Amino acid sequence: MSCSRMENRILGYVDGRLRESERLEVEKHLAGCAACRLRVNEFRAVSSLLDELPVIEPSPAFDLRVHARVAAVPVKQSWWTWFPAPRVALAAAVLALATVWVGTRPNNPPQIAQDDIPVLENLDVLSNFDVLTELPQPVQADDGGQTNPQM
Amino acid sequence: MARSDVQLMLDVKAGDEQSFTLLLHRYRTPLVNFLYRMVRSREQAEDLAQEVFLRVYKAREDYVPSAKFTTWLFRIATNLALNSVRDTRYQRMEISLDAPVTVGTEEGEEKTLDVAEKNPNIEQHLVEETRKKMIRHAIEKLPEKQRAAVLLHKYQELDYGEISKILQCSESALKSLLFRAYETLRVELAPLVAQHGK
Repeated sequence: MSCSRMENRILGYVDGRLRESERLEVEKHLAGCAACRLRVNEFRAVSSLLDELPVIEPSPAFDLRVHARVAAVPVKQSWWTWFPAPRVALAAAVLALATVWVGTRPNNPPQIAQDDIPVLENLDVLSNFDVLTELPQPVQADDGGQTNPQM
Repeated sequence: MARSDVQLMLDVKAGDEQSFTLLLHRYRTPLVNFLYRMVRSREQAEDLAQEVFLRVYKAREDYVPSAKFTTWLFRIATNLALNSVRDTRYQRMEISLDAPVTVGTEEGEEKTLDVAEKNPNIEQHLVEETRKKMIRHAIEKLPEKQRAAVLLHKYQELDYGEISKILQCSESALKSLLFRAYETLRVELAPLVAQHGK
């Protein structure tokens, strides 16, 4: 392996992230290359120095701020939400159907039985028929409301 | 047994707000640290970390576990950080290189070195703080993409495959990026590297 090919592997070697075959290849090169050995040692030192930086903690109000921002996110409404609740929808549908049914129903006049037609044709004559006025008026029965149709 | 990140995210998708809180607790510290080292401001890092969680929450309904959760999370974080760094680059250039050497704490409170320190413990503390500051500055001086690669590799311990997806480059390009970053750090931190070898 050449020194230039070491460039892509040296950091992986320092961090122990190389596959076994790659590690052995790197070590074989290092055994014969003082410059790369020095670089490995210096990269190890750099890596170790980077470990010295302390970890900072988020401020106590951090969570509150995140939750406040999340709470302010408007709720997405899908098109389903525009539909009313099932019971309201059912009632509306029944009402609509009833309206349509009533609106389309034929508006027929009251039916007159065929047997009644001759009587009606003579209605004027019958209403002015004097003989009928001469008939005795019905008498109220004493036994509590019963009438005598024969008189 | 603790639920996996993917399972928690699927539960969030199903409407379980508690699972979102668990993800928040699991990743708030790594995210804030990653962003802090990217943008160099704690306040800005926390704002960006909140934005990351907000975007995760907003995207919950469309979430499909096609990749590792951390890949998705840190991709959002990296994109936000890179945009933020680019937006504030010119502001950063205004910081004078001649500013007096100071000793900083991680919280951004700084003390100047010209305070006479007679107590050996305090002196030792100052030496350590100076050392940390050198390391932080060395990381900060890296180009943004190299910096992101180092932080994801070193502190988040993500594998090459994940980091290359986050940074949208090939694994080979990533290894080359990391090599150049470590070369720069090796030079920048030469005095400390030399001490380390002794």
